[in-house]
Amino acid sequence: MVYLTRKAEFSASHVYHNPEFTPEENLRTFGKCNNPNGHGHNYTLEVTVKGEIDPRSGFVVDLKQLKEVMTREVLDAMDHRFLNKEVPEFATQIPTTENIAIAIWQRLVSKLETAQLHRVRVYETSDLFVDFYGEA
Amino acid sequence: MKAHLTRRYMFSASHRLHSEAMSAEENRETYGKCNNPYGHGHNYVLEVTVSGPVDEQTGMVCNLVDLDGFVEREVLARYDLQNLNTRPEFANHVPTTENLCVEIFQIMQQGFHLAHLERVWIGETMMNSFEYAGGAELRR
Repeated sequence: MVYLTRKAEFSASHVYHNPEFTPEENLRTFGKCNNPNGHGHNYTLEVTVKGEIDPRSGFVVDLKQLKEVMTREVLDAMDHRFLNKEVPEFATQIPTTENIAIAIWQRLVSKLETAQLHRVRVYETSDLFVDFYGEA
Repeated sequence: MKAHLTRRYMFSASHRLHSEAMSAEENRETYGKCNNPYGHGHNYVLEVTVSGPVDEQTGMVCNLVDLDGFVEREVLARYDLQNLNTRPEFANHVPTTENLCVEIFQIMQQGFHLAHLERVWIGETMMNSFEYAGGAELRR
């Protein structure tokens, strides 16, 4: 089994707000991230896939295909977007780094042809990242 | 859905690697320049990884304010700009980064209960780093 990681970057804005919370609860739970006008990050995405090396091509996965899937399923949807308003998953879920990693996993997992998705890592900043392995 | 969250911190501290169980010559052979009697320092980079179900109400494994507050109070306040050899936990343990990693893991495990502690990683320099998962295999 060989693991391969492909990196991408996207920039997006978000706000943390739960409509079921009172304004005080929202502020207490989410702090500055509750600013109603939102704020943004340069996110770094790392997608790790695993598989056996194809003896004919020497590849675990066709990187061109992986890049295309990541661009189509993730970057086109999230890059330079306000996540709460423009990405359907975040109409009902708060776009925390945890939920962004889960949403990206769900967008990619059925679209990969040869390799199996192993991990989605999303860096919100260089000091904070979330890993999702598809666990329930 | 279970996710893993990693947060990175920095602290600077000095240490001297010297074991009372060894002769002066053995200490010099074992630790080399790190055995210099006056000690030396590093800018340590600390990563703490916790895991747990993502809360449906908050979208979080745990609130970063709680994690940052705990690490600030219990780890950074204890070690930042300190000489590790003067700390009681290193009275009988050489303050190698291996031992520091295990110590910080234990501090986190005993005191931070808002998520499951997965691992503590410490970069001592750009060239060497240490990880401890409490005896468990590391998740990659």
